[in-house]
Amino acid sequence: MKLVSAIIKPFKLDDVREALADLGVSGITVTEVKGFGRQKGHTELYRGAEYVVDFLPKVKVEVAVEDGLVDAVIEAITKAARTGKIGDGKIFVFDLAHVVRIRTGETGADAL
Amino acid sequence: MHLIPVSIRRLLWLLTIGSILIPAFAIAQDEPLDPGNTAWMLTATALVLFMTVPGLALFYAGLVRAKNALSVLMQCFSIAALMSLLWSIYGYSLAASEGPFQGFIGGLDKLFLLGLDRESLIGTIPESLYMTFQMTFAIITPALIVGAFAERMKFSAMLSFMALWLTLVYVPIWHWVWGGGWIANLGSILGLTEEGGGALDFAGGTVVHINAGIAGLMAALMLGPRKGYPMTAMPPHNLGLTVAGASMLWVGWFGFNAGSELAADQIAGMALTVTQLATAAAALTWMFAEWISHGKPSVLGIATGAVAGLVAITPASGTAGPMGAIVIGFAGSLLAFIASTKIKRRLGYDDALDVWGVHGVAGIVGAILTGVFAAPVLGGAGFAAGIENMGSQVLIQVISVVATLVYGGLLSWLILAAVNAVLGLRVTEEQETMGLDLAQHDERGYIL
Repeated sequence: MKLVSAIIKPFKLDDVREALADLGVSGITVTEVKGFGRQKGHTELYRGAEYVVDFLPKVKVEVAVEDGLVDAVIEAITKAARTGKIGDGKIFVFDLAHVVRIRTGETGADAL
Repeated sequence: MHLIPVSIRRLLWLLTIGSILIPAFAIAQDEPLDPGNTAWMLTATALVLFMTVPGLALFYAGLVRAKNALSVLMQCFSIAALMSLLWSIYGYSLAASEGPFQGFIGGLDKLFLLGLDRESLIGTIPESLYMTFQMTFAIITPALIVGAFAERMKFSAMLSFMALWLTLVYVPIWHWVWGGGWIANLGSILGLTEEGGGALDFAGGTVVHINAGIAGLMAALMLGPRKGYPMTAMPPHNLGLTVAGASMLWVGWFGFNAGSELAADQIAGMALTVTQLATAAAALTWMFAEWISHGKPSVLGIATGAVAGLVAITPASGTAGPMGAIVIGFAGSLLAFIASTKIKRRLGYDDALDVWGVHGVAGIVGAILTGVFAAPVLGGAGFAAGIENMGSQVLIQVISVVATLVYGGLLSWLILAAVNAVLGLRVTEEQETMGLDLAQHDERGYIL
């Protein structure tokens, strides 16, 4: 099992959610986050006073999937979240050691 | 059921009989109360108060950081209350009544509003209404200064400064310009005319805006910059409030300028028109100036430009024509833009919300151009009584501006120094970091 964690542009969240739902992914976790990468921040100007805003708002989408689905998930997120402009985000993939569904006590792939 | 109230029917009857039987009757008497003028002035007074609470208060509150939002609202609100009392107790008398030193200050005849009763009239409106209309000016002028020392002044020091400033600066200058003082007679003092020939200041370019602007600059210099300025980002916390406040100022300003005619007549109508046109021109000027220099038109820019235009047209609103007003709005906004966004940053003083940059600078531009666009050839209503040419009027305007800057600047500085010696002007660094809302009022503006 893998945990796929994708940092994306906030306005792409709906597209990514739909793309993952089409693949049959049964659940995702979404967090509003801030950070910077190659895009750096942006500048704001108030009556001539220029401020550099270092951290930009992004959305983090986390999906836990079976090994077989990982490539498809990565492809779906990449396709849905891409604008081709700087700041589209990144995808991180982690090994997932264990999963438990709290209501039933199921474990492993059954709990996904 | 009668549609016309008894008092007015009686008045009409008297006027009719009087004009038939004794033609001289109406002329011999003082003018009677005019219900139309009175109705308009009641409205205008409400509009001008609305400019301060909530207009200016919101305009400023949106511009500060979230931790200081309540403090500027509180400052504007408390000034509205304090100035109302001071104006009625002695301000009105010293400003608007005649005194032994008439050139410089009014008299004490109307102390505690002595003699002002239900029957007293000023022109064709109740004196109570005139006094209260002028009270709203004595409220907004000190409140304008708040923007310069925002986010760092001690509340007790602020109140003390404002009380002294109204007394020693606002009231005398009001008297000089509007109370028959020396600026109202500059033409004759300079030998340009027999009598009068004063500076044209219809609604308060010198008395209100230049006056508040120079006091703000002095306060910004005396208090020093906010902790962290200009290295730390201090962006406005809620521009929505600022735009709402600026919009209220725009609407309220009709009362300010058209109300300064003290009557519902042709001059008031034109004052309202030129106010609208100058403001529109100024709003677009700032927007395009920023668009060109920065690449994007900003909401704060267009709102600030509108305020600069309102300021610039204020002294000219009784004399300028519509096309003159557009030029005044354009010039006031452009110079205020340069002063607030370029020069201030280069000089390094922290006039936090640009009281000097907007009110001082656009006020000066407007006061001087008032002398230009009063010219009938430029669509104006003509110069002050006895003044024949533009050069003389502009000279008079310049002297009134310089006098306001010198006297207002000097006295403001002295008052600030005195308050600093007794109370201290600034909050501690720790309080400033915490924010004035908590440090001075034990409250927070936002509990989310």
